[in-house]
Amino acid sequence: MRDFFFHAPDNLQEALSLLNEHGDDARLMAGGTAMMLMMKQSLLEANHVVSLHKVPGLAYINRDNGTLRIGALTKHRDVETSAEVKATNPLLAEVYSRIATVRIRNVGTVGGGLAHSDPAQDPQPALLALGARVKITSAKGEREVALSDFLVDYYETALEPGEVITELIVPNAPDGAKGVYIKYLPRTADDYPTVGVAAIGVVNGGVCQDVRLGLGALAPTALRATSVEDALKGQQVTAQSVRQAAEAVADLVDPLDDPRGSAEYKRDMSVVFARRALEQALGLS
Amino acid sequence: MTTSTALHKVSLTINGKKYDAEVPARRTLVDMLRYDLGLTGTKEACSVGVCGACTVLLNGSIVASCLTLAVQADGAEITTIEGIADGDKLHPLQESFMNNGGFQCGICTPGQIVASKALLDSNPHPTEDEIKEWMMGNLCRCTGYYQIIESIQKAAEAGGK
Repeated sequence: MRDFFFHAPDNLQEALSLLNEHGDDARLMAGGTAMMLMMKQSLLEANHVVSLHKVPGLAYINRDNGTLRIGALTKHRDVETSAEVKATNPLLAEVYSRIATVRIRNVGTVGGGLAHSDPAQDPQPALLALGARVKITSAKGEREVALSDFLVDYYETALEPGEVITELIVPNAPDGAKGVYIKYLPRTADDYPTVGVAAIGVVNGGVCQDVRLGLGALAPTALRATSVEDALKGQQVTAQSVRQAAEAVADLVDPLDDPRGSAEYKRDMSVVFARRALEQALGLS
Repeated sequence: MTTSTALHKVSLTINGKKYDAEVPARRTLVDMLRYDLGLTGTKEACSVGVCGACTVLLNGSIVASCLTLAVQADGAEITTIEGIADGDKLHPLQESFMNNGGFQCGICTPGQIVASKALLDSNPHPTEDEIKEWMMGNLCRCTGYYQIIESIQKAAEAGGK
């Protein structure tokens, strides 16, 4: 790993001014679990690393009127184990518990994970299904972006130069909803998924009142399958209707060949795992 | 493009003892432990945070010291395998790993012991599933894992924290 200047500001304003001062030469580091790997492989080279580990006040989980507000420096492990999260949004606790290993979740942060923007990350499909938003702070002020607009491409987000993610805002699932995350892991238990699918469903009298479907590891970013959702909403939930809706996932995805599977295989599996996730969320299995 | 970078003073408490070092920003915590401070009990194997050999406690939590910058550990309290025994008296986990075949070649063992100590500190009587979930990030290429799980169970039964 090449050497670099290391900055450890003890407040957010100083971190922002370091970013403005060094421009493209500077990179923010939160937990560093993903960034260290990229730096070790020279996939990312920064002359100035601005570490946020001494910036106070950005690690919190607050309940706010039907949403959870999670500070950007909150560790994955703290989301996973939070009694507040488990009680108000169990799917959120579940998806953060599926990231890598305890050792990584102790260090990796919610904001760092969003900035990294690898399409195979575990939380994003559920976050998209829940309608999460990202709060971004810069010297000019704050703005809020829907996660679906925030995720732009492989390792690319809507963050502009000089901006920092400060909060993740996650609405609760609708009343009576069942949420599931299926992580298909043909290799090891701590791997990124070959296919990751999150589904949320509300069924009343056998009719689908609400359904959300998020897909991970299948396209340049995690994505939400709204056309599949629309095909199911208001319809009678049957094995046949769910099977048919899940078939349409194959046309929405654009996976890559990699050691976790060929593009063709992942496309096939996207249908299988979307179907299973929908069956569970809609109470068929 | 700037070419010269400075050394950073790092001061931390390791196994209850104060240490100071001067390191370049790119120095990882595991390299500082091993090469700057001579604490070679902690091993580095995969270098990418997957294998668990370099596991240490940072302010009580298990971390991959190969993915931690030494400068980020400034001011922290670190526990390494050298700090697990009480003087000449081995920790119950160390005894249990010896008595139950919890290691063969030994490269992964410092990480296994440090990680399992953190488990028993937070959960003195883990179920087998809890042990597997917690220790999933510590790879062993010799034992086949059964003896590691058994070592932790036996240490827990003996009340070994």
